[in-house]
Formats: sequence, structure tokens, C-alpha cells
Amino acid sequence: MDRRGFFTELKAEAKKATPEFVTGRTQSGLNPYAGTWNEEEILHLLRRVQFGAKRNDVAYFKSRTMDQAVDELLTPATSTLLPPIKEYPTPTTVGVVPDPTIIQGTTWINDVNNDGTIQSLRRASYKKWLTGNMINQDRSMLEKMVLFWTNHFGNEAADVGNANLMYKQHTLIRMYALGNFKSMVRDITIDPAMLRYLNGYLNIASAPDENYARELMELFTLGKSPDSNYTETDVREAAKVLTGWTVNYNTYQPSFVTTRHSTVNKNFSSFFNNTVITGRTGTTAGQLEIDDLLNMIFAQPEVAKFITRQIYRWFVYYEIDADAERNVITPLADIFRSSGYEIKPMLSTLLKSEHFFDKMNRGCYIKSPADHVIGSLREMNATFAPATDWDTNYGLWNTFYSWMVNLGLNLHDPPNVAGFPAFYQPPAYHELWITHDTLPKRNQYTDIMISSGYVRNNIRVQFNCVQWAQSLRNPGNPNDLLNEALAFLYQNALSQVSKDQIKTQILLTGQQWDYYWTNAWMAYESNPTTANFNIVNSRLRSLFQYLFNLSEYQLI
Amino acid sequence: MQRRDFLSGTLPMAALLPELINGYSVKAFNMNSPLVQALLRGNTLTDHVLVIVQLFGGNDGLNMVIPVADYSKYFNARSNVAIPENAVLPITGVTGTGLHPTMTGLQNLFAEGKAKVVQAVGYPQPNFSHFRATDIWMSASNSRQEVNSGWAGRYLDYEYPNFPIGYPNTDMPDPLAIQIGGLTSLTLQGPTRNMGMSITNPTSFYNMISGTNDYAPNTRAGKELTYVRSVNRQTQGYATVIRAAANAVTVQAPYPTGNSLADQLKIVARLIKGGLKTRVYVVSFGGFDTHSNQVNADKVSGAHATLLGRVSGAIKAFQDDIQFLGVENRVLGMTFSEFGRRVKSNSSIGTDHGAAAPLFLFGNQVEAGMLGVNPTIPDNATVNDNVPMQYDFRSIYATILEKWFCLDKSVVQSLFPPDINTQLQVLPLIKSGACAGITPPPIPNTNLLVTNFPNPFTSRTTVQFTTAGGHTLLQIFDTLGRLIKVLTNQEYTAGTYRIDFDSEGLPVGLYYARFQNGITQQVRAMMKVR
Repeated sequence: MDRRGFFTELKAEAKKATPEFVTGRTQSGLNPYAGTWNEEEILHLLRRVQFGAKRNDVAYFKSRTMDQAVDELLTPATSTLLPPIKEYPTPTTVGVVPDPTIIQGTTWINDVNNDGTIQSLRRASYKKWLTGNMINQDRSMLEKMVLFWTNHFGNEAADVGNANLMYKQHTLIRMYALGNFKSMVRDITIDPAMLRYLNGYLNIASAPDENYARELMELFTLGKSPDSNYTETDVREAAKVLTGWTVNYNTYQPSFVTTRHSTVNKNFSSFFNNTVITGRTGTTAGQLEIDDLLNMIFAQPEVAKFITRQIYRWFVYYEIDADAERNVITPLADIFRSSGYEIKPMLSTLLKSEHFFDKMNRGCYIKSPADHVIGSLREMNATFAPATDWDTNYGLWNTFYSWMVNLGLNLHDPPNVAGFPAFYQPPAYHELWITHDTLPKRNQYTDIMISSGYVRNNIRVQFNCVQWAQSLRNPGNPNDLLNEALAFLYQNALSQVSKDQIKTQILLTGQQWDYYWTNAWMAYESNPTTANFNIVNSRLRSLFQYLFNLSEYQLI
Repeated sequence: MQRRDFLSGTLPMAALLPELINGYSVKAFNMNSPLVQALLRGNTLTDHVLVIVQLFGGNDGLNMVIPVADYSKYFNARSNVAIPENAVLPITGVTGTGLHPTMTGLQNLFAEGKAKVVQAVGYPQPNFSHFRATDIWMSASNSRQEVNSGWAGRYLDYEYPNFPIGYPNTDMPDPLAIQIGGLTSLTLQGPTRNMGMSITNPTSFYNMISGTNDYAPNTRAGKELTYVRSVNRQTQGYATVIRAAANAVTVQAPYPTGNSLADQLKIVARLIKGGLKTRVYVVSFGGFDTHSNQVNADKVSGAHATLLGRVSGAIKAFQDDIQFLGVENRVLGMTFSEFGRRVKSNSSIGTDHGAAAPLFLFGNQVEAGMLGVNPTIPDNATVNDNVPMQYDFRSIYATILEKWFCLDKSVVQSLFPPDINTQLQVLPLIKSGACAGITPPPIPNTNLLVTNFPNPFTSRTTVQFTTAGGHTLLQIFDTLGRLIKVLTNQEYTAGTYRIDFDSEGLPVGLYYARFQNGITQQVRAMMKVR
């Protein structure tokens, strides 16, 4: 049997061996979506481009058109973000070089300190701050794009070790997240954290280190699709281009050491049209050769295709069939390339397209741990301490950061430079988030948030089910209550049989008539005694716990 | 015909099966139904277990298994990271090759006859990317192939076709494979389903609700919903057995602390002793991407030394533990990393991505010692020099499948890409008696022994069967596993026969004709329509 035969057989077996859905296909492309713009579409859009959808955001976008909504989501608020702060006490341990001049509650980002203990405390502060940014995201898609690029460039804070460098990389990513991709790559090539993480700081003319050069092509720009035929020689030559850079740990800036730079000509393969990058000398040699290298790489159409496929998987669905490749990826990559690698026009076209709003692409996206943890906090209107109370907030943010770690997503700390496997590993992709270990933990998280939540300094963050129900149109009617809650929490509808079962068993506690719930609710509304509150609260808690535990809640 | 083909061939209405199982609780369906037992039994009877130890990052094989006989060449190629000759640990029964000084645990295993090193394992046209190389090792593909299933996953798919539908069941109440850690790897990916279960703590499982199982539409959303539900259902099904297995073992031999590989292997030993029938365990350990500062100034300590010391200590403790627990004859272990490193070191006191590298097998049933010879090292190694391959890694896998999991050679070959499957070697890695005492599985009959026509049918259909002679039984079951009718139950002379099945009065839907003749049995799905 030849090679083709083997794979045909594997495919055929796959079809035969596991009775499986032949999943629906769609031929829709990038034509502007002109269909209905109701709550369902708003929720679809918001859940894909933010972490969960806030109820008041849904209401807000009802009075906008789809075009306006996407434009607004692509335009982050201009207000400056407060930097991470020192929320740890100054260590007094012998041997630690502390940072006493930084007062608690003020930022450490401009303070040079290379002590391991201090940097580990700052890393913790940085992770909490990242989590806080996601919880407090503005009415734009910036935070989700920041997570996208952070995953794309795959640096590990634990490996780099230095929180000041990680923060610096974060600000770089944040600045370009909706900006120009080529400029982002240019800057991240000599970003101190990246130089440290992929050994750029050790890459010298006498013994080039290939680490960054390889990942630059394989993971950051060209990808490894069958059409991406760069060679091992290309990796080695690119490594020579990148020689000479180090990190100045007194300024946290990159620095270029001319004597460590390889001044020979760099010869690339036929994939790059046998490009020769002229070896240079002097202080500008490093940057000039990087520009040559990136111009050469970005002239390859594969770059735009690779990135748009990643974007597609991030926002639409992980499987890219032949129709999607032809109708979406190819034209979208053209837009991306012809715009000079501007991110916004490409995203705008995708998010306003028939393909994005296609029914076939709704409700099929398995939530990432961030969608689950941060999304549910936002959906349930969980509130934190006032912004000035940093001790409480950082402590609480840490809880939700840890929950994402529990579920497999450690912010800015992927398992390796490829990022999190669920974002790149075929054939399962997003399904990898859901395992026998993580699925029960997802349920455990929402259960805890419903039953007790988390407390710090007497501030409790939890899901307040009664308050949430009060914001509905007609919570006294158990059918309306359930329907509205389901429409908000699930992208996929439940059957009437299931709804009746849930209503009867949970809201009516096995009773036959709807008015049992109505009476209980009215009693609470008119006379909110503890006893009346407990009656509705216990039932609503059970309801939400159940809805969060059903498999449907894992999909957006 | 393989069992898998057999099953798929007899279930033309295969798409019905998930609803069929979901629609009727698995419990009611599976317990004593011969149909389900026939459908779901593993193909090969064995109690053998494989423990895969994955070392992430590309392990520097030349500093783990040191070519003492060629020491000067070795030293010249990598003087800034070379292990001092006098520090290298000798290996029992092997001359000219030694172990990294921190690997005393493995050295002891060699002395006890429980470890094997295979030199220079790799594949043609090695890939130097972590991710591609990892995928190649996990999938057993060729360098240029993209295969989206894992080699162990395909093996388990052969043994347990249709998984996860109908699992767990009485024949296989336990997970097919367990990965210690939160996420499952490509190694355990079957052709369509991941065959593995991932756990972090075997005694603590969060309770899951059963929930309603609405109809899942034939869409992407339906596909993902079905996936999440199947994980949910299996977690409920497996939590009890894993907890019970873990709780059945209260005393274990000591393990080193501060060693995450040891922590993982300790769980594995516990579950094996606790009675799980799980065949494959995957544990992993990272940090081997030693581009820089791989050794300290003394060359015997440093980042790589720490890693190797932990690997060695963890494996030794595991082997001692499974001996203490009395299960050592059932367990085979194997290490691997996505690649070795370059012969020549770099000026960062490290080594860059390379090609072939040694791997270890461990267990009571390995043929101890060394297979292969010291890698060839050029006199003046350059940055382009790699360790040349001596053994294809897929021959290691194939040997394990044939000599440890006791599969027929033709089955083993079917699990590998065709352009190499005839080239696979059976290597002297495992003691020859490892598969003895295990009843060989009946050779699957390659003919279709029972068919029916027309199919689908409206009221009558003719069932045709071919008996080898002797007692022959032909039964009709419905989808609940209920026996509807016995068409025949008597002695026959060899030949092909036909019997009509009259379904008058029976509802439309799926029925099974189960044919039994001696040790052979086959099931045919028949669809009644309006």
C-alpha cells in the first residue's frame, strides 16, 4: 500500500470505527453579514471576542448595528491602564536584596532589581494584574487579542524569571495587539524577555544559537504547513543574522554588541529566492539585518495565511476545511498582506462576515479556561472591591488566576514556546481543554462560586443568583426565567423536555404548577425576609449550578 | 480481516450507535449481553502494562550514555560540556560505554538485569523542530508525514474498537490509558478519539452530574457537545474504579521527594497494583532543552545532571516499588525524548537540537544490557554533525507491540505507515517468554460469515451464514440486547445456509444477527424500515 493508501485507510477507518457525526459544512465566505442582529448574534460576537458577555454590554449593543458593534469592539478605550503594583511586603530574609524604596501599592515596573526572590514576587504580582485586566476589560476585544499574541509568542515567565521583562513584553504585545503584525515581530525579535527566553542573548558569531531563528519561522511567522518550505540552512543563516544581541539587566533594554555579530553574508535557500543578506558591521548592523530578514520572510504569502489560520481558529472554529480555506483564509490573508500586515482590517472583515455569523459556526467553540473562569464572573456580574483597595483585589484576582492554572491555562506561562496545545495540536485542538481532570474542575469552580465564592478582607466575590434573576424581564414566571437564563448562558438551545424537567425538578421542587414558583418569588419581592429569600435563593442556586454543570455551558 | 474492520463492516448503520447507547443507559445495555461483550472485548488477552516516560525538550543523549571508548573524540567535540572520563559510571556487562555520574539508580538497575539501553534511536531525515519531532515520535510517522493519531492510540483503537461508545463496561471497566497530568497527549490519540484519560490525583475526583442528554444536532456544535458529554460520562464511570484502585494500595516503597517524575510514577505503581486493567500509562518530565548552561564548571553537576539524576532516581524507585508490590513482571517502561542534541556543543555551554539518541527500557522482563554501539563521532565535529541513527524508533514500538503486547505481526504492521511497516525490526529488547502463558487470541476469521439480504428490509430478510461444521447458533437481538428469536441452534455439516427472518409485529429499527460456531462469532447489523 502506498502512502496515500495508508492515509485514506486511516480516514476511512476513522469514519467506520467511530460512529460519528458528519459535521455540517458551510460554504459561506467573507461577504458582509446582513442577517438578523438580535441578542443571539450579539452574544455570539461578544463571547467570541471577549471573555464572556456582560448583560449590560448586550443591552448596549442592541441599540447599535452589527457594523458599529464590531468597529467599537476593535477600538479600545484610550485611558491608560494602571501598571502592576507591589502588593507584597518587602522581604526581610537574609540574602534577599529587597526593594524598600518601592512603597506597597505603587508600581515596581521602573525599579531595577535582579534578586530572584523579588522577581518571583513580582511575577506573582504580574499574573494577578493580568487576571485583573481580563476581568475589568473595557468594551473592546483588546484583552482577547493580548491573550492571542501572548500565546502566539509563547514565552514562559517561569523560565525568563524576570517580571520586569515579562511586563515589558506584555506592553509591547498590548501596543501592537490590534496594530501592525510586522512591526510587532520586529520589536519582539529584540524584546529582552524574548532574547532571554530563546537564547538570543547567547547567539554570537563564533557559535550561533538557532533557537530564536527556528521559532521565528516555524511558530511566529511562516508556520509549518506543507507550503512552508524553508530549510535547515535558512534557520542557520537566520541565526547568523540575529547574532550580537544581549540584554542589559541594568536598564532592561536590549543591547547590540558589534563584536559578537556575524558580519558574513547570509545565504538563503530557493524558498526565499536565494536571498543574500549582506553582512554588515557597526552599531546599526543588527537592526538593519533584522529588517532585511523580516522583509524577506514577510514577502512570503505563507505568513499571512499562517496568521489568518491562527486567527480563524481563535475566533471561529479549529477545523479549517477546504471551503473555509478557499472562501475565508485565502481572501482574508490577501487583505492582511495587502494592508501591510495591519491586524484591524483583517479582523474587521472576518468578524463582520457571513462566515463568522453562520449558524454552522455558532455554539461550537469549546471555552478556554479564561472563557470559563473570567467569562462566568462577567456574565454573573460578580463585583470586586473598589479600585483603590489593591490588597483585596490582587488577592482575589490571584484566586481566579489560580483557577485558570487548575484548568490548564497559566497566563504568560505556556508549557513551551508553541503555546497551549489546545490552540495548535491537531486533530483535537480545543477539545484538549476538556479532560477527565479538567471537566470536573470546571464544575467545581462554578459550584464554589455559587455556594460560597471567595472572601478577602470581608469582600466576597460570588455569583449572586437572586440578584441576577431580578435583572430578568419576568423572573416570577418560571418558564420565562428559565428561557431567558438559558438564552443568555447557552449558545445551543435545550429541548422542551429538558426545560420542563429542569423547571419542575429544580424551580418547582417536583411540584406540578408554575404558580408555586410565582408565589415564592412574589413573596420574596414584596417581603424580602430571610425565610423568603432562602426559599428562592436555594432554588436559584440549584438551577444555576445545574446549568453551569451541563455540557452545554462549555460551548460558546 | 481485522476485528475493527469486522465491526465496522457489520454496522452499516453505525451512526445509530451513539444514540442507541445514550438512549438506553449503558448499565442496562452492557452487563450480561453477549452482544455487547462481543462488541467491546479487547482483542488480545494480556495483563501487560507499558509505562511511557516522555522527556520534553530533546535530551542530550551523548552526555547521558557516554562513549567512553571514544572519549577523546567525544571530548574534542564538546570540551565545555564533556563529562570527565573518570566520573562516568560503568554499566554491568557493557564495556566502552557508561552512564552520567548522577544515574546511579539506573546503574543499579543494569546490575540487577532490569534495564536496557538502545543506542542512537532515530529515523531518517530527522526534524529539528521540537514540535514536529515530538509529533513524529508520538505518531510514529515518517519525517515528512502528518499523522494526527498516536501509535499507542492506534494500538488501543485496535484492541478496543468503538471506544468510547459503550465504555466503561464489565469487560473493560477501567480507562484504556492514563496520562498523569491535566492534559492528554498525541501518543494516546486514536484515529478519531483520544484513548487516554488524564488524572492528577487518583483519590480525589469531583462528583459530576449526569444531566440531561438532549439530542445533539449534526453540526459542529453537536460534535463538540457530544465530545464534552462523553468526557463527562466517562469521568463518572471511571472515577469510582480509579479511586478504588488507588485506595486499595496503602503501602508503597519509598520514592525520592522533590521529583515530579517520581511523584507521577508513584501514582502509576499504585494504580497497577490496585488492579486497573489499563494498558498504557504516560508520564512526562521537562526541561531538557539545554541550549545554554547545561553543566556547571565541574561538568558533573548542573541543569542536565539534575534532570538525569531525577529520571534515574524516579525509575529506580518505581522499579523497586513494583517489585515490592509484586507486579514487576507485568510492567515494561520506556523513556524517549523528541531528539538528541548536536555532537558539537555551542559556546553557551550548551547543545543545540540534534538527531538520534539513546533510550532506556526498564522492567523485570527486559533483555538487560546494551543494544547497538557507541555513536560515531567525527574527528573534527562541526555544527552540522549529528548522531547517526542505528535503530528506527518505530522498531522499538513494533517490538513492544509484538513481544510485550503479544500482537500478531500482521496487526503490528497495520498500525504503522505502509512504507516502513515491512522494514520494522523485531529487536532483542524483551525476554522471549514474556508472551508465554497468555492464550493467543483466536485468529480472526477473514470471511464474512453472516450476512443478510435485503438490508434494509421491511418485513422479511434472508440471513445467510457459513459454518465450519459442528454446533451452530444464529440469534436475533434488538438494540436493547434482548433476544428476539433463535433462528437455529443445532449441528451442521460445513457449508453455507440460509434462513428467513420474519419480523412481523416487530417495530422498525436496528437488529443484530449473531452467529456463533465453535470459538468463532460474528454479528451482523440489520435495519428494519417502513
